[in-house]
Amino acid sequence: MTTTLIDIKKEQQKVKEQIKAQGLRVLVCAGTGCVANGSLKVIERFKELGADVRPMTHQDKVTIVPTGCHGFCEQGVLVVIPDLDITYVKVKLEDVEEIVESHIKNGKPVERLLYVDPKTQEHVFKNEEINFYAKQTRTTLANCGEIDAESLDEALATGAYEALHKVLEQGNPDAVIDEIVKSGLRGRGGGGFPTGMKWKFTAANRGGKSYVVCNGDEGDPGAFMDRSVMEGDPHKLLEGMAIAGYAIGADEAYIYVRAEYPLAIHRLRVAIKQAEERGYLGKNIMGSDFNFEIHIKEGAGAFVCGEETALIASIEGERGMPRPKPPFPANKGLFGRPTLINNVETLANVSTIILKGADWFSSMGTEKSKGTKTFALTGEVNNTGLIEVPMGTTLREIVFDIGGGIRGGKKFKAVQIGGPSGGCLTEEHLDLPMDYDNLIAAGAMVGSGGLVVMNEDTCIVEVARFFMNFTQNESCGKCVPCREGTKNMLKILERIVKGKGEMKDLETLEELATAVKDGSLCGLGKTAPNPVLSTLKYFKDEYIAHIKDKRCPAGVCEAMKVITIDEELCKGCTKCARNCPVGAIEGTVRNPHHIDQSKCIKCGACLNSCPFKAIKQN
Amino acid sequence: MSQQTQAGIDYSKVDEIISACGAEKSHLIAILQKVQEEFRYLPLDIMTYIGTKIEGLSPATVYGVATFYAQFSLQPKGKYEIKVCDGTACHVRGSMPVLNAIKQTLNLENGQYTTENGLFSLETVSCLGACGLAPVVVVNGKVYPQMTADAIKIVIETIMNEESEGK
Repeated sequence: MTTTLIDIKKEQQKVKEQIKAQGLRVLVCAGTGCVANGSLKVIERFKELGADVRPMTHQDKVTIVPTGCHGFCEQGVLVVIPDLDITYVKVKLEDVEEIVESHIKNGKPVERLLYVDPKTQEHVFKNEEINFYAKQTRTTLANCGEIDAESLDEALATGAYEALHKVLEQGNPDAVIDEIVKSGLRGRGGGGFPTGMKWKFTAANRGGKSYVVCNGDEGDPGAFMDRSVMEGDPHKLLEGMAIAGYAIGADEAYIYVRAEYPLAIHRLRVAIKQAEERGYLGKNIMGSDFNFEIHIKEGAGAFVCGEETALIASIEGERGMPRPKPPFPANKGLFGRPTLINNVETLANVSTIILKGADWFSSMGTEKSKGTKTFALTGEVNNTGLIEVPMGTTLREIVFDIGGGIRGGKKFKAVQIGGPSGGCLTEEHLDLPMDYDNLIAAGAMVGSGGLVVMNEDTCIVEVARFFMNFTQNESCGKCVPCREGTKNMLKILERIVKGKGEMKDLETLEELATAVKDGSLCGLGKTAPNPVLSTLKYFKDEYIAHIKDKRCPAGVCEAMKVITIDEELCKGCTKCARNCPVGAIEGTVRNPHHIDQSKCIKCGACLNSCPFKAIKQN
Repeated sequence: MSQQTQAGIDYSKVDEIISACGAEKSHLIAILQKVQEEFRYLPLDIMTYIGTKIEGLSPATVYGVATFYAQFSLQPKGKYEIKVCDGTACHVRGSMPVLNAIKQTLNLENGQYTTENGLFSLETVSCLGACGLAPVVVVNGKVYPQMTADAIKIVIETIMNEESEGK
């Protein structure tokens, strides 16, 4: 190579000194969740009040840094002061003054704004003692929440573009691919296909025009790790894409992002512009002869576009419909050229693997699933948010240690993992090490990593209906098994939750599920029956209760609610009868009333009207 | 149909959008997004216009793409676009009672999706990625976290009051 690369260490030193000169850094989360809770105003207020403050740490000044998502969205607005080793939660506009005066100026922590441990009910002072963070291993998310996502300098200070510099310096694209193969990294978008192999297949077509495509169409309801990476550490993704481009010989790339993520799109645009201006992307990157240009394509709301061939069609401006494979995108993808498609989280792992080495990466995880995985922990747990743990971590550690257990002291029932393509895990799986293969064996899948925790009040049949409704809506309609199969499965599930199911429906459901699984063209259809099959496997008795006893054990399904009047408690005041919109309550004054179940529409109006609490709903 | 073939569409605006995005087939989705941003929906006439203007497209193709993606609307959206998240996390934490409360407050009958006065339109979306704040409602881009039936009523009524005072 005749060109000379820039000295990245020198650049890093420069920005590190700049950051040191900022004095006491106050990190305020500006991710989607905290913005919704008013973090932008909190940031403004901090800037106002902190302008002339000399902190007790004897630093020169205070600098307010708006960061990406910390992952602990429910506790937002989050304010972290690393030099004081403290995290404030649920910070409101009016709390800012107290934090500045009491803690930053005078060194006295504001106790009422500290995180309360759900188990001990005590305030937590030190960052590492917050159970939500303590058991995590954050590598992909390492910088999310630590840096200003709209500043290239801050990213550079954490080592951004150092890995790209390293591969350009070494000048051996095949060695890059070998390193990724050796690391054992598998696709984090759902399929779990070995990433290095995908790179190898695409690289076999080096020579002509080829593309890198980043799949940021995070369509799984209940998953938001890709959003957090794009919002919180966009340069990590861009660097991963550039390394991939260098390895397979591509000079152009697309990031396909859901239009539902406006902040992610904005931050990516800012990041690309900054990187291009400073020569970390674009032409002659860092002084080398490698060129790499990244475009953003906004999706328009179609779950099926997460499938790689459908995504390609959508970038080309067409309806996002999948096509049969082969030819695989590695041979014939975007605009008919060889194309490498990886998802956001996968690509965000690349730079760290290059820097720290394949052995470091493969030292984490299980035999066949290496590294860490992010999960979006939501639903009925105490600590909801985005977490990252080594592959093979058990469900118990995630739900009860990191998640802090079930909300309101209720009982754990199940976890839906992998969204509408995944399945449910029950109490018996709590100690199962979670990795690609174990989850497939249990009838679920890692998927993109959505983990929705359900308690005893969640009706599992209703959840199965919910997911089937989702996939049926999102089925693109190209192949018959998926289009018609999901429709008929949904019809049956709707019948069952309305109390009109029959026992033979369960057989038909299973038959249809197998047909849809075997006969569908793409991943959407092939996995659509999973929630039904796995709930049928673990909660068949709930299905049977809905069908035979016309009873919803969780008391969720409207049609099966039975409202009755306790004759002992009823004083015959007639109030309920007067409130009933359909005249279903009969009775005379001062005599116990009763409800005609054939007329009752289960609206619950009587429940609220009874002054003697004599009306009950099962 | 009548509302969609209204006269007086400013085609110079459409031309601007096409040339800003690039008059190529692969930019169709971006063009439609910008048109919807401008006109608040996709009028049939504009789709036909785009379909004849750009090489390799036909009005039928444009219509096909527009009806494929959930983001596009062939009917005018309200001045306030309400999006109720019905992703898994929101669903489990009670997004349906919130949706029903909005329908009730806005007097939207089944199937109806924009209010008579054109002020509000309502839709459900599958996930906004703000699962930690479930259930979530978004009104014109502003995120309202941890909604309840009562809270969303107050939000909507506040907007209604502001609107009637403004007039």
